[in-house]
Formats: sequence, C-alpha cells, structure tokens
Amino acid sequence: MTHRILIVDDEPNIVISLEFLMKKEGFEVAVAGDGDEALAKVASFNPDLLLLDVMMPQKSGFEVCEALRADPARAALKIVMLTAKGRDTEVAKGLALGADAYITKPFSTKDLVLKVKEMLAA
Amino acid sequence: MKAKYRFILAVFVLGLLMTGPFVVTTLLVWVDMKEAERESLMQLLMSRLPIGVMMTVFGFAIGVFVLNKLFKQYVEGLLRMAETLRLMLGANRDFRVTPDGPPEVQQLARAANDLAQQRDVLMDDVEAQIATANASVEEEKNRLAALMSELAQAVVVCNLDGRILLYNNRARLQFKALAQGPTSVSGGALIGLGRSIFSILEKNQVEHAQSVIVQRLAAHKTAIANFITTLRGGQLLRVQMVPVLTPGDSREGMSGYVLTVENITRSIELEARRDQVLHSLTEGSRAALGNIRAAVTNLIDYPDMESELRERFLKIVGDEISGMSQRLDKTMVEFSDSIKTRWPLEDILGIDVVAAAQRRIEDKLKLPTKTEGLDDALWVKADSFSLVFALVFLASKLQDHYEPRELRFRLSSEGKLAYLDLIWAGPAMSSETFYTWEMESMQAGGETSPLSLRDVIDRHGGEIWYQREKAAHRAFFRFVLPVAVPDEFQEEERNQSSGRPEYYDFDLFNFSDHSIDLDRKLSDLTYTVFDTETTGLEPSNGDEIIQIGAARIVNNRLLRQEIFNQLVDPERRLKPESIPIHGITEDMVRGQPNIDVVLPAFHEFCEDTVLIAHNAAFDMRFLQLKEERTGIRFKQPVLDTLLLSAVVHPNQESHKLEVILERLGVNIESRHNALEDALATGEVFLKMVPLLEEMGIVTVRQALEAAEKTYFARVKY
Repeated sequence: MTHRILIVDDEPNIVISLEFLMKKEGFEVAVAGDGDEALAKVASFNPDLLLLDVMMPQKSGFEVCEALRADPARAALKIVMLTAKGRDTEVAKGLALGADAYITKPFSTKDLVLKVKEMLAA
Repeated sequence: MKAKYRFILAVFVLGLLMTGPFVVTTLLVWVDMKEAERESLMQLLMSRLPIGVMMTVFGFAIGVFVLNKLFKQYVEGLLRMAETLRLMLGANRDFRVTPDGPPEVQQLARAANDLAQQRDVLMDDVEAQIATANASVEEEKNRLAALMSELAQAVVVCNLDGRILLYNNRARLQFKALAQGPTSVSGGALIGLGRSIFSILEKNQVEHAQSVIVQRLAAHKTAIANFITTLRGGQLLRVQMVPVLTPGDSREGMSGYVLTVENITRSIELEARRDQVLHSLTEGSRAALGNIRAAVTNLIDYPDMESELRERFLKIVGDEISGMSQRLDKTMVEFSDSIKTRWPLEDILGIDVVAAAQRRIEDKLKLPTKTEGLDDALWVKADSFSLVFALVFLASKLQDHYEPRELRFRLSSEGKLAYLDLIWAGPAMSSETFYTWEMESMQAGGETSPLSLRDVIDRHGGEIWYQREKAAHRAFFRFVLPVAVPDEFQEEERNQSSGRPEYYDFDLFNFSDHSIDLDRKLSDLTYTVFDTETTGLEPSNGDEIIQIGAARIVNNRLLRQEIFNQLVDPERRLKPESIPIHGITEDMVRGQPNIDVVLPAFHEFCEDTVLIAHNAAFDMRFLQLKEERTGIRFKQPVLDTLLLSAVVHPNQESHKLEVILERLGVNIESRHNALEDALATGEVFLKMVPLLEEMGIVTVRQALEAAEKTYFARVKY
C-alpha cells in the first residue's frame, strides 16, 4: 500500500520540489497552501504523513499541529515540520506541540526522504 | 549682708572705738577714787568737756569720712568692676574695665583685662579654626558639585524620601529633553532641588532598588542596584543606584542614594536594528536557500525529467537567487550603520576636527592653513585623535613633496556621508604615490603612529581619495566619514554659559517633609516666587497674562537655575501704551502657547510650595479668573511681599518693589520683566525673613495673619 503524504506550505517554489520528489519516491501526494486548507485536506485525503511549514498566513504550522494532535483519531498521523525558523526555542516548541520531526530549511532532500521513509516504516 | 548695712556697722564700730576706751577708763578710775578726788575730777572734766566732745566729734567725722572713702573705693569699686566683668563675660566681649580707684583695685582691673585679652585671643583662634573648617567643608562641597556638573553622566542624589539634593547639568538637560509639551518645563520631567524624583522615575522601581541595596548591604555585598525604566514618551532609561551611607556607620545607615541615569533608547534601537538585520540575513535566507537546494537536488538527481519541469526548477533557482540578492542589497543600504563593528567613535562637530588639525599643522609644520565652505553644523562620527593625526600626516607629506604655500579645509555633506577635504594648489600627483602614502605608518612633526592612513580610514568605516580641481589648478584629498546625529541636548550644552550652577543642597539630607504646614518656620519651607506681565491692570476687564516668570526658594536659598519663564499668547492685541513697561511686543507673544497650556505647566512647577509675589492679590486675581476655563486651581498659601513690607516697616510711606529693594539694600540689574521681578521679589523675601523673626513672626501662619492686618490688605482688584 502506498503511503499518502500531504505537503502544507504557502511557498510554491518549495511545494513543486517536494511534490516532485515525493512522487518520484512513490508516495501519493496532495498539497495544501495554508493551515485551514491543510485541516480540510487531512480530513478528505487522510494522509499518513504531513510535511508542515511553520510560517504560513492565517493559521501557522504550530496551530495546525496543535489542532491535529487534539484529535485522538489522528494519533497515528506523522507530522514533520519544515521551517526557516531555526532557533532552539522554536524547535522545542514544535516538538512539544506534537511534531514527530523538525527539519530546518535549507535541508538535504536525501535526508528528508530517508527521514520520511524511516518514520512511515516505524 | 548688704554693703549699706556693713557700712553702718563699720561707722558704729568706729564710734565705739573712738569713745569706748575713754569711757571705760574713766569709769574704772571713777570707781577706784575717793569722794574728794571724784569732786575735783568732775570739775576738771566738766570745764574741759566741750573741747573733748568737739575733738571726739571732729575725729569721728574724719573717721567716717575716711571710712566712706575706703568703702566707696574698695567695696563699691569692686562691685562695679564685677558688673563690667560680667558684661565682658557675656553681652559685650570687647568691653574692658577702666582702671580706676586705689592702685590695688587698678592692678586687679588690669589683671582682669589681661585675662580677658587672653581669652579673646583664644576665642578668636577657635573661631578662626571653626571658620577654616567650615570653609574647607564648603570648598569640598563646591568641588564635588563642580565635579558632578562636569560629568558626562547624568547624576542625581536623593534622600530616602526621593527628594533631590543634587543633580548635575547633564541630568538637567537629559530630563529636559524628556519633557513633553510645548513649554520649557512641562511634561512631568521636572528636576529641581527638593523636588521628588518620583515625578520622573517610577516610585515602585526606585523603592525596589532601594530594598535591593539594603539587602546587599546586610549581606556584605557591593551595594549597587540597576533598573531600566520606561518613561511616558517611550524613552528607556538605565538607572544605577548606589547608597549614600551615614558617616561612621558602614552598615545599613543609608541616608540617601546616588542615581546615574543613562538614556539607552538610542542604543536599544540600534540593538534592535542589528537584530533585525541578523534576522533578515539568517532566517530570511533559510527559506530561499531551502527552495534552491531542493530544486537543484532534484535537477541533479533526476537528469531525465521532462523539459517543462526542468524549466520550472531552473526558474525557481533563478527567482530565488535574484530575490536573495535584492534582499541583501536592501539590507546593506538600510542597515550598513548597524552592521559595521567599528572602533568606538565619538560624535564630534566637524569644525572642531578641522580647528584641531589647523592648530597642529600650523604649530608643528609652520604651514599656514585656511578654511572655505565649512558646514559648521555638521557632526561626524570620528576618532578625533587618529583623524587629526592623519590630516597632519598628509599635510606633512604634501609639504615634503610639493611645498604648497598654504592648505585649505572644506567640510560638506551628502546624505549620510560627510566630506572633509584637504585642499592644496600644485602639480598633479600620481595615484601610486598616494597609494604608498596610504599604506605606510604615519609620521608627522616628529611623532609616529603605528597606524597607516588606511587603518585610520578603515577605523572610521570611511574612504579617502585624491581628486583634482583642474579649473582651479588645485587638488584635494577627500575624507569620507559617517555623519552623526548628535543628541539634541549636546547642541544645547555647547551654548550654555558656564556659570557655576547651584545644583546641590546637601542640607536637604536632614530635611524630608516638604508638605505645606502653616505652622512651620518661614525659613524651612519651599517657595515659588513669581510675577506676571499683563496687557493691563484690569483683569476683570479683559486684560490677560502675557508672561509668567518664577523661581524657587529651597532651604532659604533662591535658586536661579530652577526657573519658569514663559511668554503667553494673550489672544488679543497688546495695548501700545503698555509695551514700554514690559518690553514685550506683538511679535514676541505670537506663536507662544496660550494660557490654557501654560497654566497647567506653571501649576506643576509650583506643586507643594508656598507662593510669593509682590502685590500678590493682583497676580492671583489673573490666575483665579482662569480657574473655570482651565480647571487649574492654585490652592496653596500665598505670601505678599508688599504686605510683609508693611508689617516690617509700618511707618514707611511706599512699599513699591523698587523702594523696598533700595531700603533692604538689594541690587538688581534689570527689572520689569516677569522673571527678573520674581527674582527680585525672592531676594526681598529672604531679607524679610529675619526681620519678621525679630518681630516674633516665625511661622507662615503668623506671617499670613500679620499681613492680613495691614492697611494694604484691604485693596481689592
């Protein structure tokens, strides 16, 4: 069974790359441009893993993460936060709010793919 | 026994002595005699009795006379001397006994005079020593105050109640700069002797710092506390507090504190900007770099992707890179000042640098210099020592190579850049020559520096180049330096005349309660002496205030530095006939704040003080008429020097200010300006306090009551 990945980011320039990459790796991919859309897509697309950007208009990645973790039915959903915020404090916040991994931009795509596979295998 | 009774007793004894032996002898002989012998003796005596009595009376009289004389000279003379000695002991130290009477008494008098002389010498000596000690204490105080006033830090000394005992010029300027509002003294940043520091700083914060210090003292730690406070205008102050300890008691005996105050608003702003730059260069780049990296990796990892996708990835790389470049450029332009870590530079007036360089060049190189086109308001950020050295170095190089007759300086600016030009007339020089000059260690006028010209330029974050003015047959070196924006009050400081200010009063350490209590001594209270100039003499007929001048009296001293001096727009035309009296013209009042603005500021200035004015009823009437409109009420007691003069000198005809000034021997330079008159009134009041005291009028209440009883108090406005 192919795993489903939802990419949430408001920057098309990274979305294109991530979408391309994840499809090449054989995942089923959907994209959301902001936090609200992300929550809606989680419900409709039912992904196994979320690549979630922190800095988004309206609803931030932190809020999306919190909202999802508040729903026990989504406990199995893996969340990987992708962000340009590289401070220790923000990493700590992301993990505390329930993200499974926190990756700061710029990241190596190879490492990202490895991380995603490892998390989905677990 | 009184001297008089003793004299009578002495006379009686004298009488007894003169008659007694004869009477007793006669009696004894009489008893021993036969009848016949007695008969013949009687006869003998009786016939000689008158002469005997006469002789006795005569002798007695002489005796009494001598006795009287002796008594006068020795007894009464000594009593008199005792009185004068008492006088010398107390009331009149310089009084001396006049040697009089018999030699023994005179000797005694002289001995007493000698003793008094010796005592006076001793007392004079002691007094001189006390005076010297006092003078040296006074001198130390003055030296301290002078030192404080020259400090570049703002320093304020307070007693434990937060009353200001000392502040320096810097503090005055700094708090003045913080004041808001259109008048010079409004805005809740009032600094003044005896005023509360809590009108400027947050009371809770000051008290917290105080308790921190007490704790640290108890724990034998360095007694110091810091806090940062935000003022109403959003300004940030860093305040450091150290205690003033009671002498002799090294622990806990805190009698006040010293605050050093620094306005850190600007440095915090700079810090914030630097933070912003760092942020935009780090986090701002992360996202873009991430996008590029992902796109490039895809391009590399999947070389056989469709051409349309490849184009999209390439476009991402292109877009992001140009975006980043733009951001970088923008950051460099906007924040270049904040990014550079430089040698610590001071803000200095450009002309000061030029003047220093001119002096040294003329002095060391004997080379005449001139200036042209100097922008004398241009401030630069510079390390003036190395900059001046660099200018002298270039001058000496030019002198060695081109022997110019004179050098010229020029100072101009363009945006954030200041241009300092060193100009000379002469042949063109090669850029190689200049390049070697730039790089060698500087030497000029027998002095050397480890720095090269290039080092100096780099230190300033500046540039330098060589340029020719062909038409004028001359060339110049242009130093490019960063323009500085000086603190507002630095400018003001330059224009200050340097009279020794009275910014301190250490006696206030023991002087905490400043509330107005009518039963306190006149000499203990804080006063505001004020005067107004008005458009005319009829407040109820539309005349208005056009100037308020006031000064404070604290601890029996008129503080000429703590003044209120404000012109007021009366919002009506001035009467031409009044202009020569107050010297205030239409032009002067136009554009000034109106009474609605000035009155609250003046009210704040007068807070917690007794008001004093000459013919106060007149001025107060003007203030009262504005009560309804401004909602400002002057509720404090008011003393009137006109009425007090009538109390002190009830038999004098005139109590006009100028007459009183003359009567009390007060010299005032100029008059008929609200501030000058207020100051004159203050002087008059201080002269009157001891005169009132002599009359038993010691408290404010007594002064008010006495004033009320005078005839002049019945005049109404």
